[in-house]
Amino acid sequence: MIKLFLALCFSLLATTAGAQDVAPDALVKSISDDVIGIIKQDKDIKAGNRAKINELVDAKVLPHFDFARMTALAMGRNWPKANAAQQKALITEFRALLVHTYSGALSTYKNETIEFKPLRAAAGDTEVTVRTQVKRPGSEAVSIDYGMEKLPAGWKVYDVVVGGVSLVTNYRETFNAEIRDSGVDGLIKSLASKNRSLETQAGTKSK
Amino acid sequence: MLRRIFGLLLLVALGGLGGCATTGVNPDDPLERYNRAMFNFNDSVDKAIIKPVASGYKAVMPEVARTGVTNFFSNLGDIWVGINNILQGKVGAGVRDFGRFAINTTAGILGLFDVASSAGLEKHNEDFGQTLGRWGMGSGAYVVLPILGPSSVRDAFSLLAVDWHGDPLWYVGNVPTRNELYVVRVVDQRANLLDAGQLAEDAALDHYSYVRSAYLQRRRSLIYDGETPREPDPDRTSKSAPGAELAAQPGGELPPARLVTERGEPVISAADEPLTPAREFSAVRAQSPAAMDPAPAGLGSYAPAIPVNEDAVLAVSSQMRAGIDSAVVRP
Repeated sequence: MIKLFLALCFSLLATTAGAQDVAPDALVKSISDDVIGIIKQDKDIKAGNRAKINELVDAKVLPHFDFARMTALAMGRNWPKANAAQQKALITEFRALLVHTYSGALSTYKNETIEFKPLRAAAGDTEVTVRTQVKRPGSEAVSIDYGMEKLPAGWKVYDVVVGGVSLVTNYRETFNAEIRDSGVDGLIKSLASKNRSLETQAGTKSK
Repeated sequence: MLRRIFGLLLLVALGGLGGCATTGVNPDDPLERYNRAMFNFNDSVDKAIIKPVASGYKAVMPEVARTGVTNFFSNLGDIWVGINNILQGKVGAGVRDFGRFAINTTAGILGLFDVASSAGLEKHNEDFGQTLGRWGMGSGAYVVLPILGPSSVRDAFSLLAVDWHGDPLWYVGNVPTRNELYVVRVVDQRANLLDAGQLAEDAALDHYSYVRSAYLQRRRSLIYDGETPREPDPDRTSKSAPGAELAAQPGGELPPARLVTERGEPVISAADEPLTPAREFSAVRAQSPAAMDPAPAGLGSYAPAIPVNEDAVLAVSSQMRAGIDSAVVRP
């Protein structure tokens, strides 16, 4: 356990230290390889231990996501309507929801392999899409594309598109409707209560 | 029999459409009130019957056996996939689909093993709705079908009037056998979607609109074979830090340079010719302030290839009715 933790810390250091120079597709590849490598070896994760998966996602994946941008994208034209405090609350709640979804997806991992399509980007681009194909023997490949932007801290993921469905913009209609009906605070409230119900659900499942 | 039930259910459903006023504010979904009701109905049928059966099936059947069942039906479907690829002008892809069928039926022992995939012949996802989309037909309004679930006017018409005929099971002479095969296929498909279904339910604030948005995005992506051109998204805010400058881009246009890099590239895919399908419902549709006013925005506000107004919807749905009528009358 401690060994695993140390290994996690070291590889995290390694990835963040070099993050600025690493190409976006190489970054996604190294993260995916790391995460899949760990999932394959960890018996608890294989058995569906969500706490363990969350730990892994926290350490390996989240540092490379730009949740502020994701929340702004999902909010669309409503984003500037929220004040700074509301924006902060929205980011926190939306982040929790996305993390739950992402961990849930990871926990269904079987023997998929990930193929990377050639990156189409010019040298100075600050926004690229990293395209991957996830293949499982015996079923149709699913594309997972990562929208990435170059920030001072390195490349960050701001959108994940699974089979053509953007996990971020998929929320926009719901967010719009929620804000129309009950305002920005109403949306924060429903996001928070959604997260709470997911937590209790996870709690009862693991018992 | 099964098809007759679907046909009748659909007729009843469509009969209700005429009375539906524009209730929602989503221009893709003028029938939202009916759709939500049908969505809830489907959800309860799923929770009461289909999901428990699929869960049981998944628990009882070893994974190898389930994969075999999935492969078997998938292999039968490849013929129709190939025909649709050819109808869409992707002759090479269509021929490879027939190749898949030939290899999997023989070397894969009646399709139980997907050896063609290992040989580098990829499984494709095509149907007649996608073919119509590729030919330039817009998707029309979003429609939730009884039992069959999310669809659109175009896709529902394709599914019920055309795709049935491309389904080899339809030609199984012995009716009880055929119906058993249908049931096994539905259960197997649902079993494969148990995880994904749970994920979507967990992720959604409003399950209905989450599924609707996902369906529309997914279909759009399938028609473009995953190479969906990115549209200018006025809702995109490039500055992401909270408190940073977050002014909405008033014109809704991204800098032209980005448009060129995003869209101007040749399509690298299995497609044999450049893509020129009709405008689908945009996944990230431009939302002009007018379109989002609480007052009914008018359905044509985003001008798709086929203007979605109620006349058009009803015209197509009467066309659908005709298709279904003939389908129901046929043995």
